[in-house]
Amino acid sequence: MYILVSIAILITMVLAVVRALMGPTVYDRVLAVNVFGTKTVLLLSVVAFLNGRPDFLDLALAYALINMVGILAVLEFFQNRSQRNSKAKND
Amino acid sequence: MIDLALDIMSWILLTVGGACVLIGGIGGLRLPNFYTRIHAASLTDTMATLLIFVGIILQSGFTLASLKLFAIMLFLLLTGPTATYALANAALLSGLKPGPGRSGLKPDAGTAKDKTKENAPE
Repeated sequence: MYILVSIAILITMVLAVVRALMGPTVYDRVLAVNVFGTKTVLLLSVVAFLNGRPDFLDLALAYALINMVGILAVLEFFQNRSQRNSKAKND
Repeated sequence: MIDLALDIMSWILLTVGGACVLIGGIGGLRLPNFYTRIHAASLTDTMATLLIFVGIILQSGFTLASLKLFAIMLFLLLTGPTATYALANAALLSGLKPGPGRSGLKPDAGTAKDKTKENAPE
C-alpha cells in the first residue's frame, strides 16, 4: 500500500519537474517547485513507514520548514524586482 | 477485529490520498493557465496531505512517530495555503491577468512589461 502511494507521489514529482522546465512564466516555475517540495515531504514520510525507519520523519519536518521559507523568499525577490522595474519605466 | 478495521480505513485513506496527489499533478501539468494550475496544485497541498498523513497515523498508533506526523501535517496544512496565497498575490501584483484561455502563454507575461503596456494608452 505504501508502495502505491509513493509511486503516485513520484509520478507527481516528475510532472512537477516537467512543468517547472516548460512553465511559461516565472510563477509557474515557482508553483512547480513548491509542489515538488511539498511532495518531497510526503514522500519522506511515506518512505519512512515503507522501510520501517521513523527517523526519516525528522528529515521531513526539517524539509517542510526549509521549503516554506525558501518559497516565500523567492516570491519576495520576484515581487520586489517587478515593482522596481515598473517604477523605473514609469519614471 | 479493531486492527483489521484500522488497516482497511488507513488503506482507503492512503489510496484516496494517492489518487488526489496524482490528479493534482496531472492538473498542474495539463490545465491551460497559471491560475487554474494553482488551483490544481493547492488540491495536493491540503486534501492529499490530510488524507495521507491521517492514513499513516492510523497505521502507527500512539507513538512518538505519530506525534511527529501530526506536527508535520499541521505545519503543511498551515503553510501550503499561505504559500499558494503569496504566489497568487505576487502574480496578480506583477500584472498576470486571471481569465479564460491560455493567458499566461506570452513569454513576457509576468514581468513588468505587460503593466506598462496597459498603462500607456491612458
